[in-house]
Amino acid sequence: MTKAELAYEETVDCVQCGYCLPACPTYLTMEKETHSPRGRINLVKMAAEGKITYSELEGPINLCLGCRACEVVCPTNVQYGTILESAKEVLRENQKRTSTFQAFIFENVLPNQTYMLAARASLSVYQQFGMQKIARATKALQWLPENVRSFESILPKTDKRTRRKKYSPEQEPIFKVGFFTGCVMDVMFSEINKKSIKLLQAAGCEVTVIKEQTCCGALQNHAGESNITKELARKNIAAFEKYDFDYIVNSIGGCGAMLVEYDRLFTDEEDWKKRAHEFVRKTVDISVILTQLKLPFQKEISKVVTYQPSCHLSNVQKRVEEPVNLLTSIPGIQYIPLPHKELCCGSAGIYNIVNYDASMQILDKKMGHVNQLTLRPEIMVATNPGCHLQLKLGVVREGLGEQMKVVHLVELLAEACALESDAKI
Amino acid sequence: MALIEYLNSVQKIISDSKRVLTEKVDLYSYSFDASFGKYLPDLVVQPKSVQEVAELMKLANRYEIPIYPRGQGTSLSGGPLPVKGGIVLDLSQWDTKLDIDAEDMVAVVSPGVLTADINHAAMEKGFIYPPDPSSSNVSTIGGNLAENSGGPRGLKYGVTKDYVIGLEVVTPEGEIIRTGGRTVKNVTGYDLTKLMVGSEGTLGIITEAILRLYPKPQATRTLMAIFDDIVDSGKAITSILGSGILPSKLEMMDNASIRAVEAYEPLGLPVEAEALILIELDGHPAAIDDEITQVHDVCTAADAKEVKVAQDDKEASGLWKARKLVSPAIVREKPTKISEDATVPRSKIPEMFQRLKEIKERYEIDLVVFGHAGDGNLHPNIIADKRNQEEMRRVEQAVEEIFKAAIELGGTLSGEHGIGTLKAPFMEMELGEVGLDMMKRIKQSWDPKNILNPGKIFAEPGQKLVLTDD
Repeated sequence: MTKAELAYEETVDCVQCGYCLPACPTYLTMEKETHSPRGRINLVKMAAEGKITYSELEGPINLCLGCRACEVVCPTNVQYGTILESAKEVLRENQKRTSTFQAFIFENVLPNQTYMLAARASLSVYQQFGMQKIARATKALQWLPENVRSFESILPKTDKRTRRKKYSPEQEPIFKVGFFTGCVMDVMFSEINKKSIKLLQAAGCEVTVIKEQTCCGALQNHAGESNITKELARKNIAAFEKYDFDYIVNSIGGCGAMLVEYDRLFTDEEDWKKRAHEFVRKTVDISVILTQLKLPFQKEISKVVTYQPSCHLSNVQKRVEEPVNLLTSIPGIQYIPLPHKELCCGSAGIYNIVNYDASMQILDKKMGHVNQLTLRPEIMVATNPGCHLQLKLGVVREGLGEQMKVVHLVELLAEACALESDAKI
Repeated sequence: MALIEYLNSVQKIISDSKRVLTEKVDLYSYSFDASFGKYLPDLVVQPKSVQEVAELMKLANRYEIPIYPRGQGTSLSGGPLPVKGGIVLDLSQWDTKLDIDAEDMVAVVSPGVLTADINHAAMEKGFIYPPDPSSSNVSTIGGNLAENSGGPRGLKYGVTKDYVIGLEVVTPEGEIIRTGGRTVKNVTGYDLTKLMVGSEGTLGIITEAILRLYPKPQATRTLMAIFDDIVDSGKAITSILGSGILPSKLEMMDNASIRAVEAYEPLGLPVEAEALILIELDGHPAAIDDEITQVHDVCTAADAKEVKVAQDDKEASGLWKARKLVSPAIVREKPTKISEDATVPRSKIPEMFQRLKEIKERYEIDLVVFGHAGDGNLHPNIIADKRNQEEMRRVEQAVEEIFKAAIELGGTLSGEHGIGTLKAPFMEMELGEVGLDMMKRIKQSWDPKNILNPGKIFAEPGQKLVLTDD
């Protein structure tokens, strides 16, 4: 195991032009250079040169969302993601494990199906037995910190998770697809995974859900746990390469971004780098596959719809057009673009829980942009479960709960294709 | 000691403690701009009203602590660097006022408003604010005013100073004055407005500006012409301007930048061509349709190898893409980009090209030339690696040679980036001893204690050009 090092060489690539400032959500809400990409890159450099300490670096790094909007606007292609990850890794290594709970979740709970099943079970028991209602009515959850409490009220209704099997289309399959379920998605939003599979099937794909897959490692990587991330990446690569898939498809902007950067994890391991490269080549967001195929639309959705892209889908996977093209192809839809949609909603993995106040400031800014629209959207579309929950919270905070629904793009497409998820899946 | 007392007083003036930054990470974050050098301030304050600025300035006077006004730190000449310690005044968060007055055709703005936002707001009412430095999406109007920024549209529309008709200024002694007003014509006394614009924050702190607006052109057309010989491209430029056509933009790229872009992202540019020019015309659709044909013919007559006229906006942005990609393309090999803006009279462009070629060979540097050819504001860019000290010494010598060449050809040290710390050692070369002394006298009478942005424009004894951060 090599010692973590700050990506000093990459910081030298920054010419400090400042073009990233207006693209950075935390610069806009926190209003100082310290919380801008240019400021953070400079601080990483200063830490590497020994001019500031690691503990001084910690605040600005931890308050970065990791949305990577700065990379898109950078005129000199500075690898901000690499710089940020190196800083997180170094900080993680140098810090006493203050949050053993977080470490336990990352190392054991997320990648473990049994734990996740238990989590799902308790979540559905909680919901099905009306405990949620009781808890909400009696305000029994008041003792929870506000950050956890806020999300309690907007948790989706959980359902049975996706079963492991193969789903064939009616005709000869156009593509053979290995479906990546994601751990949080599979528990919290299993409905969306089911609908994704149905859509792919309806569009002519043979979809296989393999048991051997595990958590993508994104949350661990964002926390600087690079060894755990690599281990998970190896498992996923080994799992999918055993099959002859044309594509490895997911409906989760954040996980997808981690998956398409697996090759960057193995800079000094040639064999794994090669295998990762092959995995990356096949990995795509569901919107990419569906735009290539024909969807059997059955009904019109006569609604005003807006879309808040997942930062990791736009900025890391670089899929900006596809979700919008799919959205506007739905019969009857009136699409209105959200101003400043390239700004993060403040969800950013678990940022909204660990940096609750900072996240809410960003969310309020986002909802301010929604309120600027001359026509009020009835539906807000998301492409990542984290954004999905955050936007739901935004809608509730604005008191728009009755007027605006937040859905995943897949849910809207499935509805237009009249694909109800049924017990068979 | 003075600073601690000052800090207590600052906290009395700025009630919101979030706008007084003292932590080390904050001080490091305001220690640089887009040029060279790193200088730690003692304090960063983010004022949001003229009263706050005036009070801060009065205090600074009492304690004789230097103050450095700063926008969003996009300066390429070191304008906001706190070279003598003291207080950085971050004005970028003060963006409360952006009023467009259609009747008077003016915009009234706070110093922290982004330049591009002024233009956007003007366009909504059928006007434009023409100055368009390439950083206009990031740069504040306060910074543009201090540096008298230009941009591609300078050829037709002029630069920042041509649009400023009135200012509110806090003097180095903490008094609030107003200069000029809302009228285009105003000859009452010395033109302090124009004196302030381009004074690089050494004479006063601009807290509000009244800017002229222009009617929005109805349409634009774009053309690209490719030349085998760089001298032919120069002739084409002269002929176009001589034929009574004034393009809104006239940009050029040399062979090195064409090659760099093509290697970065193949756009189908001819890599053997010595130069290409990009021209944008704006105005009435019928008029520019006619003019674009004329420009086409002029370029063909000047032996252009190929002339492409964009048929719609999409094709136009396709042509401009080549120019947009120059920056990311040229920094792929080495990270340090020294963007020069020495400017020559238009007629001397071919000669300047020749000089640049010689300098490039003599000092063995990676030099590319692209920029606003129409107004003689070429941007010779040197690509280097600031970690390589030997290379940087050669670069410093080459840059000095570029300055000399520009001045010898009747041009200037800086077209639009400003003098700051970077070009201060060369001021006498252009202005002469007396010329420079007259400027120093102005500074002395405005700021007798030399506390407002010290260390800028005027060189310290023995000061040399330094292009490293240490």
